[in-house]
Amino acid sequence: MPELADFLQYSFSGLTSGAIYALIALGFCVVNNTMGIVNFVQVDFVSLGGMLMFSALFALGLPMVPGVLLAVAGVALVAMLVERFGLRPARSENPLVLIFLTVGLSIILRGLIKLVWGKNRMALPPLTPDLPLEFFGASLLPQALWILFLTLIAIVLLLWFFYRTPLGLSMRAVASNSTAAAVVGIPAGRVRLTSYAIAGALGGLAGVLVTPITTLNYDVGVLLGLKGFAAAILGGFGSFPGAILGGVGLGLLESLSAGYLSSAYKDVVAFVVLLLVLFVRPKGLLGK
Amino acid sequence: MLRLEQLSKNFGGLPALSQVSFEVFPGQVTALIGPNGAGKSTLINCMTGVLQPSSGRVLFRGAAISSLAAHQIARCGIARTFQNLKLFPRLSVLDNVLTGLTCEAGSSMVMAMLRLPYLRHRERRLRLRALEALDRFGLGDKADWPAAVLAYGDKKRVELARATVGNPQLILLDEPVAGLNAAETAAVGEQLHLLRRAGHTLLLIEHDMDLVMKLADQVVVLDSGQKIASGTPAEVRRNPRVLEAYLGCMEATA
Ligand SMILES: Nc1ncnc2c1ncn2[C@@H]1O[C@H](COP(=O)(O)OP(=O)(O)OP(=O)(O)O)[C@@H](O)[C@H]1O
Ligand SMILES: [Mg+2]
Repeated sequence: MPELADFLQYSFSGLTSGAIYALIALGFCVVNNTMGIVNFVQVDFVSLGGMLMFSALFALGLPMVPGVLLAVAGVALVAMLVERFGLRPARSENPLVLIFLTVGLSIILRGLIKLVWGKNRMALPPLTPDLPLEFFGASLLPQALWILFLTLIAIVLLLWFFYRTPLGLSMRAVASNSTAAAVVGIPAGRVRLTSYAIAGALGGLAGVLVTPITTLNYDVGVLLGLKGFAAAILGGFGSFPGAILGGVGLGLLESLSAGYLSSAYKDVVAFVVLLLVLFVRPKGLLGK
Repeated sequence: MLRLEQLSKNFGGLPALSQVSFEVFPGQVTALIGPNGAGKSTLINCMTGVLQPSSGRVLFRGAAISSLAAHQIARCGIARTFQNLKLFPRLSVLDNVLTGLTCEAGSSMVMAMLRLPYLRHRERRLRLRALEALDRFGLGDKADWPAAVLAYGDKKRVELARATVGNPQLILLDEPVAGLNAAETAAVGEQLHLLRRAGHTLLLIEHDMDLVMKLADQVVVLDSGQKIASGTPAEVRRNPRVLEAYLGCMEATA
């Protein structure tokens, strides 16, 4: 049954890119929920994740697992520096000012990445050797399975952190009412720093996972980040389930339209559907 | 315990508070009364860092707190409620009350991640305390509800539970029984009596004169941003300026 094999193949590749969009979308949501802004540096967290992975493997000679951990932690650290030294000194609560700052910081970070790693395309090996597995006639790359598995782990950890730890409660409180959060003693600064660390880790993980499939260069995160942003809006900006649904929905739309219509139109189809959804539901699929 | 020195606040040139000074003594209930728009809420907003005073100082246990951020003031042991409710609408009732224990929970990221057994034990104790506080205000059965769906009177009591659960050294209450029905008012009044008997220090803004006269050790009267009188409830009740500015109009409307 070639039809079934095709359908599985398209769905599977849609799920894979959808998982990446979902990770990036969750990063956008975390910062939006605690600071009320769109953090455009998110796109560069993705590129930086791939770059740090590259250096961990080839400059430091680390094995895969420590390499992934180092890359993700490294991006989280850079994200914290971005908040602490890029946004906080502005001492502004004005979302427009802060969003503009993230645009500027994104350009600066991209410049620094270009300076350190150069403009050339690089190749990152997949987490495990690339022998495709057969599944009802569709072939699955192990890297794609890793993407789905690690995305799932990241989502579980994220929910556990937000709903089961005191700091997670503080973060939900700030997102729900920042004045009330301040008068019960929650330090907004620490919450913002944490939200950047989490956004960095999510973006970094997305970069580590996706760059073996795409290629790696200093601005690989820009287009992916835009898709992640679109996924977050599609799901309802700020909603975690919405970000996941939006990411997977966008990924599936892209790959199904590429498969059944034409790959030349996959972005067009995806964004036309995005617009239609927003016309019908301006707050996104799961927005409040 | 808490001293205000010449506290003033202007909103765009219009004075809402001018040169207000008084002191809150430990273990006492200080009532702050005055007609609508007198500046009572503005005063406790300035005391808790929600607003920055234009001039003057607030001293808590001898240290100036007027330049601190709101969360730092809370961490000194000052808790409050709001006249127009500031809950976390998307959080459960229990989580709302748990945030009142923020200062004790310690929210270090690393500690939260490691999830050490003694931390888990401490978290369980904090949850128990939050549930007890909800029980005291008769909300134990609504612990898992989202705060947004509660009736007004219940929301008001969740805020009281949040403000009192952490045993703060000073509790500022902005009209805790406004908008409550008679039964709810009696229940909240009972809780305030218990707090007082347990030796808590309270600053109470309230229009319900019955409650004020029964609870207060000291009454401070504000009118148009100025302190016009202070003393025991009996003294204040006899003060002609107060009668003119406040009690008179209350009795006329009552
Ligand atoms: N954020 C603000 N901006 C401008 N003016 C304000 C602000 N907050 C309060 N005011 C003004 O300051 C004055 C005092 O208001 P405040 O809310 O402190 O009065 P109140 O004594 O609490 O009154 P009520 O008994 O009605 O609660 C009022 O004239 C009010 O209009
Ligand atoms: Mg008021």
